[in-house]
Amino acid sequence: MSDLIPFIVDNYNYWIYITLLMIGLYAMIAKKNLVKKVVGMNIFQTAIILFYVSIGAKKGATIPIIQHGHGEGAHEITASVIEAAEYINPLPHVLMLTAIVVSVATLGVALALAIRIYNRYETLEEDEILAQIREK
Amino acid sequence: MGDFPSWADPVSPAHNHVSPRYIEKSMAETSVPNIVTAVLADYRGYDTMFETTVIFGAGVVCFFLLRIPRKDEPTVRRYRHMLTGMTIRVKETRKIPPVLEEFERIDTLWAPHDLIIKTSCRILVPFLQLFGLYVIAHGHHSPGGGFQGGVILGASMILLAISHDLRTAIDRMSERVHAILCPVGVLIYAGTGALCLVLGHNFLDYGALAGILHVDPVAARSYGILIVEIGVGLAVMATMIWIYNNISSKGNYDEGL
Repeated sequence: MSDLIPFIVDNYNYWIYITLLMIGLYAMIAKKNLVKKVVGMNIFQTAIILFYVSIGAKKGATIPIIQHGHGEGAHEITASVIEAAEYINPLPHVLMLTAIVVSVATLGVALALAIRIYNRYETLEEDEILAQIREK
Repeated sequence: MGDFPSWADPVSPAHNHVSPRYIEKSMAETSVPNIVTAVLADYRGYDTMFETTVIFGAGVVCFFLLRIPRKDEPTVRRYRHMLTGMTIRVKETRKIPPVLEEFERIDTLWAPHDLIIKTSCRILVPFLQLFGLYVIAHGHHSPGGGFQGGVILGASMILLAISHDLRTAIDRMSERVHAILCPVGVLIYAGTGALCLVLGHNFLDYGALAGILHVDPVAARSYGILIVEIGVGLAVMATMIWIYNNISSKGNYDEGL
């Protein structure tokens, strides 16, 4: 029992990420309403963004922008001066930067599809749509 | 779970393969202090180019799903008499005079009238756009870049559409402008890459631009990154507005929140 609490606290980013991931997965699979499924998809994407950004964190490091890298003195900064331990990992940030905008784009496409489905079937409930399809 | 590295551990595997190389070399190789921008537009240029293409594709898909098969305009219109604040309903069967001096058209379903919101949002929009341009142009030295600045520029037009109505926003920036800016942004990106190819380097190897821009190859990478960020910004801005207009009005571009 005494090992369990530090085990959870030390890795709390993973626990939050798994919880959000499962909430999103549950909404996508179990909910009948199409808009709720879309919301679940967004929660899922947010969980993955949180996971990547938390991987990028580094104790005692700052944002990945080279300090004093501006203006006249910038040319004197070479690879020997820059310590990798001073800056957090830029790679997860790069990946998530594009993922955020793409998640907005997928959200737009999903909502457009939902509007078309609503125009056709007058409902967004999955079981009612399936019932209407079977009747034909 | 026990096998995962603990939070913010400096010696975790994610920090010890390719990322130290980016941190130590990006300044010397691209002269861009913001490592995220350097990695985004130079080291991982292909990824970002196709990411922009995905966004462009999403805009086009929304257009084809909603705008092409749109239904006819609603048969009822609502107008507000601006002097008295009275609203009237006009059925489409009657003739509507083309110029209505004292009347303004309002949405049929949702039509509050608030001078404070309209005025403050109208004042806010140019400052938002200026900030968006700053975020794009200053992405080399501070957090920012094409994606973020493009979203801010798009949000400024969406704010106009929300605070006034969709017709006002479309009068300012028509559908044709979105449909042109969206592929133009992607073409600026891909064209920069193709230009490098024509000049005898690899695709998206911005060092090739040194001869055209009359700078050394390292500074040319910095300028190449700026050019593609502008392309990304244009594409993202146009797509965000385009998707919003299509979804909010079900493709009619007539009434919508």
